[in-house]
Amino acid sequence: MLRGRLLGRLVSMAGCVCLSRSSTGSGSVGPVEAAIRAKLEQALSPEVLELRNESGGHAVPPGSETHFRVAVVSSRFEGLSPLQRHRLVHEALSEELAGQVHALAIQARTPAQWRDNPELDKSPPCLGGSKKTRGTP
Amino acid sequence: MSGSLGRAAAALLRWGHVAGSGVLRGPGVRAAGSGAGGRSAEQLDALVKKDKVVVFIKGTPEKPQCGFSNAVVQILRLHGVRDYAAYNVLDDPELRQGIKDYSNWPTIPQVYLNGEFVGGCDILLQMHHNGDLVEELKKLGIRSELLDAQQDQDSK
Repeated sequence: MLRGRLLGRLVSMAGCVCLSRSSTGSGSVGPVEAAIRAKLEQALSPEVLELRNESGGHAVPPGSETHFRVAVVSSRFEGLSPLQRHRLVHEALSEELAGQVHALAIQARTPAQWRDNPELDKSPPCLGGSKKTRGTP
Repeated sequence: MSGSLGRAAAALLRWGHVAGSGVLRGPGVRAAGSGAGGRSAEQLDALVKKDKVVVFIKGTPEKPQCGFSNAVVQILRLHGVRDYAAYNVLDDPELRQGIKDYSNWPTIPQVYLNGEFVGGCDILLQMHHNGDLVEELKKLGIRSELLDAQQDQDSK
């Protein structure tokens, strides 16, 4: 059964993309990452919250906090469509999304769904965005 | 279904690796009409309703410039959806912001089916996994090629 492995394979085939688990790669958490975590905890009281700063895999300067992936497991998602769930997440993070965060991959699951598949999916490799080549400032 | 999806997934991976090559006919890459005087809600409403399948992406289906946008393109390709409108927001900053305001959705890519906003890459991928995309395409009169792949599998 296809899951995040589909995109995961795209990542590995296209060449490894370094998906750092923290904004600086040194283990410290940047202010945007901290804010995202705090706001999602406040808004959704999640059972599980896995947040990954993926900016390191994109054409942005080191230390950026622009691309994130989040898995939120919350009973607040019960009965909500995927679209409604994602909108709840967006609402909680409206300030960050209006600011420097311009990519947010979301896995919004109920506790039962998470138990079936307790894994943070992988994002596909960056294809440069508006930059001609990766790393161009 | 899983067998055919497995083979289809393998095909997807090839396409994803060499995106755009070997496609004889592809989706209509549209210009949203530069100089058309802004991106009013009415204009965007008309745009998303003009075609059955409409996506707003970074880059083009032949040359996506964003991994998430590429995933949308590859999923549509996997289902054999060739006739869709693709708007490159990197070419048009007004469109890029306008479509976000229109859908009240902060990111690109954005997928519209039958004029209705469906979601971004994550949601399309979810719909692809759980069969919803096949059903939604069927409602639009589009038969997913994955069904043909499944029939081949079943007949063996």
